Amino acid sequence: MTDPTTARAGAITASARAGRPRVGRADWLKRGEIILLAGPAIVMFSGFVIFPVFMAAYYGFFRWKGFGPPTDFIGLQNYVTILTDQLFLSAMQHNAFIVVLSLVMQGPIAIAFALLLNQQIKGRSLIRVLIFVPYVIAEVIVGTGWGLMLQTTGAVNDFLGKIGLESLQADWIADPKIAIWTLMVIISWKYIGFAVILMLAGMQGIPDELYEAAAVDGASYWQIQRSITLPLLGPTIRIWAFLSIIGSLQLFDLVYIIWGQYVADTAGTSTMATYMVREGRLTGNYGYGNAVAVVIFLISLVIALTYQRFVLRRDTEGALTEKPGKDKF
Amino acid sequence: MSQVALTSRGRKARRPYGGTSRKSSVPWGKPSVYLIATVLIAICIGPVLYIILGGFRSNAQITTDPSGMPNPWVFSNYTEVLTAGTFWQQFGNSVISAVLTTVGCVSLALAASYVIARYNFRGRNAMFSLFAAGLMFPMTVAITPLYILIRSLGLTNTLAGIILPQIGFALPVTVIILVPFLRAIPKEIEEAAMIDGSGRVGFFFRMVLPLSLPGVITTGILAFIGAWNNYMLPLFILSDPAKYTLPLGVQAFASQYSVNTAAVLAFTSLSMLPALLFFSVFERRIVGGLTGAIKG
Repeated sequence: MTDPTTARAGAITASARAGRPRVGRADWLKRGEIILLAGPAIVMFSGFVIFPVFMAAYYGFFRWKGFGPPTDFIGLQNYVTILTDQLFLSAMQHNAFIVVLSLVMQGPIAIAFALLLNQQIKGRSLIRVLIFVPYVIAEVIVGTGWGLMLQTTGAVNDFLGKIGLESLQADWIADPKIAIWTLMVIISWKYIGFAVILMLAGMQGIPDELYEAAAVDGASYWQIQRSITLPLLGPTIRIWAFLSIIGSLQLFDLVYIIWGQYVADTAGTSTMATYMVREGRLTGNYGYGNAVAVVIFLISLVIALTYQRFVLRRDTEGALTEKPGKDKF
Repeated sequence: MSQVALTSRGRKARRPYGGTSRKSSVPWGKPSVYLIATVLIAICIGPVLYIILGGFRSNAQITTDPSGMPNPWVFSNYTEVLTAGTFWQQFGNSVISAVLTTVGCVSLALAASYVIARYNFRGRNAMFSLFAAGLMFPMTVAITPLYILIRSLGLTNTLAGIILPQIGFALPVTVIILVPFLRAIPKEIEEAAMIDGSGRVGFFFRMVLPLSLPGVITTGILAFIGAWNNYMLPLFILSDPAKYTLPLGVQAFASQYSVNTAAVLAFTSLSMLPALLFFSVFERRIVGGLTGAIKG
């Protein structure tokens, strides 16, 4: 009865018996290492990032003051309220204003300065350090310092008076018509260095051969900048714009520090985030505050994904949703 | 967030670009270039100098001449802040928070990135995507539930209550910057290490750590500055002034001594100096980390 079938079955059993324990042990060892090495990061990340974000979505369905477990389930009512909440809608308009103005104010200025600095001049690295300083300083310090300088009796008005521009003196912070422009100037001051450094880096990535070829062809400086530098700077500009948009949508610290906890909505500078904190923390409407947070998140997400889909796709192949393919990196 | 987008783009961009600085002819003469650069620098560091110099003035000087220079120089504002103790306590809290956040974040991220970069297993892509998706989760959205979570863990008013979330929120950027570094280590080195009898874990400590050091330093600096400047999380979690970090301390000091502008300026400049010193020491790393990433 030693037919081929039995023989084959016996061979399989034998090989399995010989092979499996060794492979299995190595496998378990590998799994153990994976859990041991990646586990802590995943636990920390899930616990303190993913979980709270999902809880925000959950709390957003309740009328809840933050004490005890949330019980008063009201479904989407918070979200309906948000759509008609004048304070939120004006905060949203401020955010939109900040997004647009950040792009049109900072972008061209940063590109101009980067073009200027992108040449052999003495002390270029020192210049780079110095223009980067505002970006490194904490928002609190920026807010406190600028807040003091922009008081009606502060250094800015005094300086304007000294150079004979009394007519330009203003109540920079408290005048609601001016306040958002004041905020824009402070934001531009803080983030322009970052933009310049990015643009410079982008320019340095452009191959010299292109410039040499253009120079041989007799192109003028402006022709070269317009047809080589700017097009090839495109990816850098688009990434910078993306970061600027997302940052503008999340803006909190500066406004909260300069305009305070409650003044922000009357001062004309409230943002979605300061309004969220005001509702969630200061007036104790936790459920509503969380719904506001979810709306901020959704707005950012939709804008980010749309931008990525239509603008960034050709540059990044998905900076945010990137999967580590075999031959990537 | 920024660094990530840049890094992934940078990797792609590395291939065709190799240029460094160049001499292009500019229609303006050089003096005007320096003039404009000087104006830019003045705008950038003017307010910073105002804060620092303002600390050397008296309140009377500031009231009568808000935009003037110290005349005479007053040192008492600085000495009072430095001898009062509040500053040092908050400085200490900031150091603890930033150092532990940095160490925790980088070590956890390095271990996880090692797994993602060099282990072959199902769910590896999912793990990477999980961290990548975390970039889209701003602390703003999570802050209220985070506060409730920290409260139910009994960690309000403790530095642990801000360090743990700071680590969590710094992980995505760190993992995403480190994975390419770890993946770039050639397979041959790993095989050689295996032949020499070192296991995967031994290989990690002997080869991976040293080779990924540039990435570790860059991400460490980013995590440190992020934690040092963090305002929103301490604002929610810390209510006891003894536990305040410097950003909260600056704000508390500014509102408590609002009439004493000179003292506020002195306190503010002192709390800014550590970050500035840290930045100037590691400037090449920070700017290099940002620009190197985009340059490839």
